[in-house]
This record gives sequence, structure tokens and C-alpha cells, in this order.
Amino acid sequence: VNQVETITDADVWGALAEVPDPEIPAVSVVDLGLVHQVALKDGRLRVELLPTFVGCPALELIRSSVAERLAGMAPVVEVEMTFAAPWTSDRITADGRRKLRESGFAPPGAAAPGDARPLFATIPLRPTATCPWCGSADTTLENLFGPTLCRTLFWCNRCRQPFEQFKAV
Amino acid sequence: VNAQALEAPVRGALAGLLLAMADDEFVLGYWDSEWTGIAPVLEEDVAFASLAQDEIGHAQALYQLLADLEGGDPDELAFGRRPEEYRHARLLDHPRTHWAFSVARRFLYDTADAARLDTLAASAYQPLAGVVAKMRREETYHLLHMHAWVERLATGGDEPRARLTAAMERLWPDALCVLDGIEGDDLLAEAGILAEPMAAVRRRWLAGLAPELARLGLPTPPAATAGACRGPGRGDDFRWLWEQFTMVRRSDPEAVW
Repeated sequence: VNQVETITDADVWGALAEVPDPEIPAVSVVDLGLVHQVALKDGRLRVELLPTFVGCPALELIRSSVAERLAGMAPVVEVEMTFAAPWTSDRITADGRRKLRESGFAPPGAAAPGDARPLFATIPLRPTATCPWCGSADTTLENLFGPTLCRTLFWCNRCRQPFEQFKAV
Repeated sequence: VNAQALEAPVRGALAGLLLAMADDEFVLGYWDSEWTGIAPVLEEDVAFASLAQDEIGHAQALYQLLADLEGGDPDELAFGRRPEEYRHARLLDHPRTHWAFSVARRFLYDTADAARLDTLAASAYQPLAGVVAKMRREETYHLLHMHAWVERLATGGDEPRARLTAAMERLWPDALCVLDGIEGDDLLAEAGILAEPMAAVRRRWLAGLAPELARLGLPTPPAATAGACRGPGRGDDFRWLWEQFTMVRRSDPEAVW
């Protein structure tokens, strides 16, 4: 079988959708919007991924998990991380947001600071979150930082449960 | 702007900027990590560990950019130099000291760094603009956190206010160095790598900060700073930190994971 002719972009995206995020396995690299580009040409499959956080210790694990899943789909498979475009939490898909909620994570709000406004002007923008357990908006920010770089800690005043939110970046 | 097309003086200035920024983030990250386990509240253990991880991650990306530009190995840049070869601003020579001191230092650094990142967001040197775009999004959380602590200490009664005020007075002359000591910044501005020379970035930083300092009644910056901003002379505190963060590597420089 000549794999070069038989696999399509859709096959690659299907395979990528099976690679879980190592820190939040309920969501895949596709759900998180980590896939920047898929290029399939002349027997060469090249996938570019966007790092969620610059200092995320899972980046190499994500890259190698993707490379492992795609191995054999084309004669040459390349998987690389790139800063060509900034990953933003706005890239998390609707499906990804639902899966986050189902596993107890509040999805991020809009990444309001964006790229244009001076950083100092972003100080008044405190994150808010809706409780993933009971749906209440009556929640309190407990700590901007959490157990991994991408998480913030909240407390739900209605169901009296702590929960985490994926940071809006 | 393509790295190969850069004229030698511009390229040299860019290398200097990358090294200064990387060293700033790297050294601050290690001082932050000195709070792990002993911060005043558990939440701050978590926060400062996370801040440290962010900063060391930023340093790693910047050392990589420098290695891409000039050759070399990012780990070697981070861990393989003598203390006098680091180019961080002298604001980062101070140890963590006490909580209000660490808060004051981080607030002054983060706000200065924010002004620096703003001016690099549209840098003509695309690899740097790409990393900066990511850093800016993460730094919003640092700014928000340190601003909340400055407000809390400034309005939290006599002792926290006195400690914060004394720390800021002590740190201001060194804080001005964060946006200083970059040789050839005028060349970088002409080449579009920086949107403006460092003196203009510094003015924008201080203008943005002035209303907050006035509102909270906190010390204002001196008109200028004297002395070398980015080494080579370093005191015992930085030498102690250097001993700490290079200890594992010095024990076996050839080791691989």
C-alpha cells in the first residue's frame, strides 16, 4: 500500500484528536487548539504545534506523543513546536470547553488583553469564572496561580466547592 | 528582518538585548523559587513557584533565540558562565529579603518589563516578536498579582506600609536599570527591532506608573541612577545564588538526562 497516496489531511486530524493533553487528559491537542499547521506533501507529513505556555514542562512530552501517534502515516513525519503564532486560550474549541467543564475545569473567559493594548492597562481585568459543578456565577478568585502554569484557583460560593479555571491568555 | 541580513553592530546589539532580557528573567525566576515552602501563606508558595517557572521558561526561550542568532547552546548560556558574565539588571542582585521587599522588587520589575515587552510586540525581528507575544499574555497574570499585593501592603496598616515604602525607596535606583544598560539600543530602534530607544521606554513606564504611586502614596523614582546597571561587578548575594543554580551542573558538566 502506498501510504503517501492513501492518507489525507482528515486522517491526520483524526489521529491528532486521539492525542490527549498530558496534564488534562480529558482534552486532546485538537480540542486545545495546539495544532498550528498540518502539511502533507510528497510523502512528507509536517505538523506544527503551538506551545500553550512558554515554560510548560509538558511541551516536549506533547511533541513526542504527537510524533509517536503519527509515526508510519507517511515516510517522513516531522513534528515541531513553533512561536510563529501565539497560542491563545481563545483557540480552545467549543467541544474542548465542554470536555473541560465535564472534568471540573472552568473554561477560560475571552483572552481580553490581546496583543494591541499596553500591558499595564490590563491590570484591572481580573478573571471571572462560572462554577463547572453547579453553573453558578457566584464564585471567588482564590489564587491567580495553581498546580500547573495554565490554571487558576476559584471557590464556588453556592455549592461550596473549589475548582480550577484554565487561564485566559 | 532576517538575522543574516543584519549588519554586525545591529546584530551585536540584538544579542546584547536578548542576553540582558534572558538573564533578567532567569535570575528573577531563581530568586522567586527561594520562597518555595516558606512564603507567608500557602497560596503564595504556589504563586511564586508558578512565577518562577514562567520566568525560567521565558529565559529558556530567549537563550534559545540567542543561540539561534549567535550559535551555542541554551543550557550552556544559562548555567555555564561565571557570575561576572551575567548581564541582568542590578535590581535582580538583591536576595528575596522579606515579603514586602520581594513584592516591591517584583512589582517594579514586572511593570518595567511590561513596558519593554510592549515595545517589542511589533519587533521587526520576527523570532523575538513571536516569543514576546506569548510572554505578554503570561505576564498579565504576574502584573495583576503583584499589583494586588502592592495595594494590599500599601493599605494594610502601619507595618506592611512601612516595610513596602522602605523597600521601594531602597530599590528605585536599581529598578531604573531594568530599562538601561543595553548598548546600541538606538541602532535597534533604527532597525525596527525595538519600537523606540530604551530611554523612551523608561519614560513611558514611569508615566504609566506615576498615577498608581500617587494614589497609594508610594515613593517615586529618582531622576537618574548612577553606576553600572548590568555588571560585571556582582555582590555576594548574586554569587550565592549562582552557586545554588549552577551546583548540579558543576558537579558533573558532561551529564545528560
